[in-house]
Amino acid sequence: MAVPAVDGASDAEYERNLLQRIQAGDKTACAECIDLHSAGVYRLALRMVGSPEEAEDIVQETFLNAFRTIDSFEGRSRLSTWLYRIAYNTALMRLRKKQPLYVSIDPPAADDEEEITPMQLFDWCCLPEDDFQSNEARSELERAIAELPETLRAVFVLRELEGLSTEETAQVLNVTISNVKVRLHRARLWLRERLSGYFTELAHAAQG
Amino acid sequence: MNAHELHGESHGESHSNCKHLLADLSDYLDGEAAAEVCAEIERHLADCADCRAVVDTLRKTIHLYRTLPQPTLSPDARSRLFAALSLPK
Repeated sequence: MAVPAVDGASDAEYERNLLQRIQAGDKTACAECIDLHSAGVYRLALRMVGSPEEAEDIVQETFLNAFRTIDSFEGRSRLSTWLYRIAYNTALMRLRKKQPLYVSIDPPAADDEEEITPMQLFDWCCLPEDDFQSNEARSELERAIAELPETLRAVFVLRELEGLSTEETAQVLNVTISNVKVRLHRARLWLRERLSGYFTELAHAAQG
Repeated sequence: MNAHELHGESHGESHSNCKHLLADLSDYLDGEAAAEVCAEIERHLADCADCRAVVDTLRKTIHLYRTLPQPTLSPDARSRLFAALSLPK
């Protein structure tokens, strides 16, 4: 389905109109909403739960819930923020059911309260660009993102991969703006630390 | 080089700011740090190889994940979603 281009000042107006049409039970508007927002909802769900099948289920639950409760949405946030919030809560409930006593034993372990002190101090930026763009390096990065502590991962995905603002991220996760900033910083340091292990080893191997 | 040194416990006065500056690194890299904070960080980086390595590799880490290909919802998954919600395709 073709989705109308929305940008700038027309964005808010388009969204208000779309919302009114969904609230009036217009199925074409629901389809339009899905085509606009399902990709982002899917990416968030996938990063949270790790399984494409389960992420697909979460997308389905998110839109089912959203359309069922659309009358309670007052438009105080963007529609996308509200959908991310539903998807995040749905993913979280599934994680809680699966891993109620989950404790990571893999270093560097950290939660959102723990300071992250850089331990890896080798500058691996000197590696050839091919080493950063290899499938192996990308897999390593994907694994690192998947292993981010859960509270850091949600902030990281919304801010850095989905491009939400600090304020929007805070709304989705129901945390303060300063909490989003702190968690994003810790997520970045955590990922740097985690990737440094891999790239430092690569650099040392190249040096013989 | 190790984390002990990054805390400034073995380098003396000039490295006592490592941990303090660490908290402002994201703002610095995002261009959101105040001018005086940027100046303080840059002064420190000129003298501290460990912190330069942290900043360089942090900047590179950010670049790498921002250019990572994003997963997509397959057309089949979209069809299943539309069918589940009884929507026109």
